[in-house]
Amino acid sequence: MAAWSDGRIIEKDQPTPTTVRLRLHVDDRPHHLPGQHYILRLRAPDGYTAQRSYSLASDSDDPLLELLVERQPDGEVSEFLADVAEVGDVLELRGPIGRWFVWDTKSRVLCLVGGTGVVPAVAMARTARRLGRTDLLRIAAMGRSRDELAYASELERYGATLAFTRADVDGRTAGPFTAAELTPLLEGVDLGYVCGSARFASYAEDLLVACGLDPGAIRVERFGPTGD
Amino acid sequence: MPVTRGFHRRRPEPERGRLPPGQYDTGASWPVLSAEATPQKPEESWTFSIDGLVESPHTWTWQELHAVPGSTYFGDIHCVTTWSKFDMTFSGVSVDDLLDVAKPDPAAAYVLAHSVTGYTTNLPLADVTGGKAWVVWSVDGKPLPRQHGGPLRLLVPHLYFWKSAKWLSRLELMTEDRPGFWEQNGYHDRGDPWREQRYQGDD
Repeated sequence: MAAWSDGRIIEKDQPTPTTVRLRLHVDDRPHHLPGQHYILRLRAPDGYTAQRSYSLASDSDDPLLELLVERQPDGEVSEFLADVAEVGDVLELRGPIGRWFVWDTKSRVLCLVGGTGVVPAVAMARTARRLGRTDLLRIAAMGRSRDELAYASELERYGATLAFTRADVDGRTAGPFTAAELTPLLEGVDLGYVCGSARFASYAEDLLVACGLDPGAIRVERFGPTGD
Repeated sequence: MPVTRGFHRRRPEPERGRLPPGQYDTGASWPVLSAEATPQKPEESWTFSIDGLVESPHTWTWQELHAVPGSTYFGDIHCVTTWSKFDMTFSGVSVDDLLDVAKPDPAAAYVLAHSVTGYTTNLPLADVTGGKAWVVWSVDGKPLPRQHGGPLRLLVPHLYFWKSAKWLSRLELMTEDRPGFWEQNGYHDRGDPWREQRYQGDD
């Protein structure tokens, strides 16, 4: 497991009203697999530290590491990264981590992802494109509206199927994916990858199983509180 | 290690000695983390077994487990993803009482906890004996929700919470340590939060 190293913020922008995207340089960074994450650690003058995990959006060949941070209400780390951190600042990073929620670039997979859960799917899409194996990876991504879904345009260019729960788009009525929309995407698929909030993940697992995918072929990455 | 420019503690300083290194108090929220689909098997058909290196392998039905004298844990839990949650109350039965029935072989030194989903996690036997581990079905007086491992989960609160296997079906006693699911995927074999044993290679 990698030790802590320094990451310098090279680019920072705000893809949606509630997220910031950070691109960081790390010296002698190890290779990573699409779906892996890094831990980011902040250190206060009194020695207090706070650390959080963030999935990578970047492909391993990208010269920079790309993370998406969703602003949490009163989030000690996310609000710092959104409001205080600037290009040029150095943060501590440790990774890559995780060998389960990764795509081996050989299996035929469907990613069913929601909100900021799109991030690992973006990394998988970038890797698939680099390898010329976009035939192996299908993506179904869900957000409230186009403006609120990070990477919506990139995913659309990749060929992902998008669903918006709060906006009617191109004749599709607002709402989550239906079994009828998802079933064709599962044809020939070995594994389903679900990433999103706990609430999204429950919905997505149930939907994949309802569409005929074996529960044992579903890999899940959930984040955030349960709300209960 | 360098100080992060502009970063200051925002959460109140916790009671001294209560928060392991690198952890934060998640307060009222209880994050959900799992790597697989939540199983829907009904609780009335749930069974729990202890087997492997024991004198009397034993399987309890859901009703039989509830007939074992109850035991409650009140205290904190610590997740490797850095949240800790204080003052939780879990109820079920002590692993000691279940092991008394199965009678571990003196050569047994490790346990592999199995979930109905195929999830596994390994622990030294010494970490689930001596009043340190429970098999639980209720939290804060209510049935344990499915997303938190209900109807039945292992509870080993002195270790990182991935050791407290959700949807528990079986404890397998072994002579040699055998890495479980996260342990094969880079996480630590013991997982003591006070020593910050998060990943393989941590002390």
